[in-house]
Amino acid sequence: MVTRGFSGRRPPTDNDARIPPGQYLEQGFPVLSAGPTPRVRAEDWSFTLKHGPRPIKKWNWAEFNALPLSKMTRDIHCVTAWTKFDTPWQGVLVDDILADAGIEPPTDFTLAHSFDGYSTNVPTKDLTIGKAMVALLYEGKPITADHGGPARLLVPHLYFWKSAKWLTGLQFTARDEPGFWELRGYHIYGDPWREQRYTNDP
Amino acid sequence: MSEAAQSPWQTAIISRVEKRTPRVTSFFFQPSRPFAYLAGQHVDVRLTAPDGYQARRSYSIASAPEAGETIELAIEKLEDGEVSPFFHDVAAVGDEVELRGPLGGHFVWSSSDEGPLLLVGGGSGVVPLMSMVRHRAARKSAVAVALVFSARIWDEVIFRDELIGLDDRKDGFNLVLTLTREPARRPSDYARRVDVAMMVQAIGRLPAPPRLAFVCGSNAFVSAAAQALIDAGIAPEVIRTERYGV
Ligand SMILES: Cc1cc2nc3c(=O)[nH]c(=O)nc-3n(C[C@H](O)[C@H](O)[C@H](O)COP(=O)(O)OP(=O)(O)OC[C@H]3O[C@@H](n4cnc5c(N)ncnc54)[C@H](O)[C@@H]3O)c2cc1C
Repeated sequence: MVTRGFSGRRPPTDNDARIPPGQYLEQGFPVLSAGPTPRVRAEDWSFTLKHGPRPIKKWNWAEFNALPLSKMTRDIHCVTAWTKFDTPWQGVLVDDILADAGIEPPTDFTLAHSFDGYSTNVPTKDLTIGKAMVALLYEGKPITADHGGPARLLVPHLYFWKSAKWLTGLQFTARDEPGFWELRGYHIYGDPWREQRYTNDP
Repeated sequence: MSEAAQSPWQTAIISRVEKRTPRVTSFFFQPSRPFAYLAGQHVDVRLTAPDGYQARRSYSIASAPEAGETIELAIEKLEDGEVSPFFHDVAAVGDEVELRGPLGGHFVWSSSDEGPLLLVGGGSGVVPLMSMVRHRAARKSAVAVALVFSARIWDEVIFRDELIGLDDRKDGFNLVLTLTREPARRPSDYARRVDVAMMVQAIGRLPAPPRLAFVCGSNAFVSAAAQALIDAGIAPEVIRTERYGV
């Protein structure tokens, strides 16, 4: 349905193929969260890998930082409709976390947990084989608290609410269990290219 | 809320336009398929250009769930924006836009959720809080509420007369205005940015500590206000935030 009198701003761009439907290109880095920004000190930070209720391995800040560091520069897509190109992150690939724990993924589903009680679900296969990391640096510097520091999940190919801020652990679950936003009307998977924003989007 | 979020795009007709402040205008929409919603929820609006280009933005619902089928959105004009100038400069009564809603299941309050309630809004961030305040009034709820509303100047206080009218009833709703670029007009108001001391005093107007606090506005406002609440002794778990970006 054409809106009377609306032409749109869209600057002429060669980037259209990089911008998923319904998204616009953002130069800044907006902040979104469900509550106040948790201030998590590195000394108080830890990361736990769990299978159901059972902890598999836990790392403190120093131990986690001793894991192999990888780089990922990716376009990110927020469900509130902004897309940001070429965001440069460094962190530990989920593959390297699993290797350090000495395990193969035990289930097909994962819940990411945050310090403030936030959680989000991601299929395990969307986290492995180089697809996702626990990011520790943005633009070469520690991630600020607003953006989820000291450590956040980075799953760049899904809407950005899946990239949980203030990450405190990953938990393998038997079933695909909806997390915080998924219980509040957001899509269970969240592929920006299929515009899976809200529950029951295709 | 997941059932509600299944709602697909639909057309809605602008049935009324009302200027609220020099920069904020309310648009009243009549959806082709009216829907129920909770105070604090938002809708997504989608505009389509003749060549198929689309822009979509979220706008909080300002009306109370009890207000009937018409949905009020209060839109602030950003001069260099894409969608808000369209509404201010082009849209008129009788026009159709696409709309989807209701959306959002976290930043919501229902009179049955009880209180006391602390609401903190900056600029157009007052919109979802207004829906909560109107919902409380429509339900004749006795829940104690303090609304701290920060605006630049007196004439930019959205819904000013309605809010002052509700405050004058002395029925448990307390309005605290703070103007950042003008002196205060009422004895109970402030003339500075929100800070810890202001939050402590606003909480002091409630009979008990708030069971829930809702903070809405720009990124910077929400960060500052939520931190002030925490410094005023409010537990992070009771604070819900909604950020409008920029
Ligand atoms: C849940 C939610 C509820 C909201 N509720 C309300 C509400 O009740 N009332 C309200 O007024 N707003 C509300 N907003 C904000 C609203 O969604 C829009 O962000 C706002 O209206 C600005 O949209 P716009 O298209 O006019 O500006 P945009 O085009 O999005 O621009 C926003 C700003 O970003 C800059 N910008 C971004 N991209 C470009 C570009 N390509 N070129 C130049 N400048 C650019 C501009 O400086 C501009 O000032 C809400 C947001 C959310 C997330």
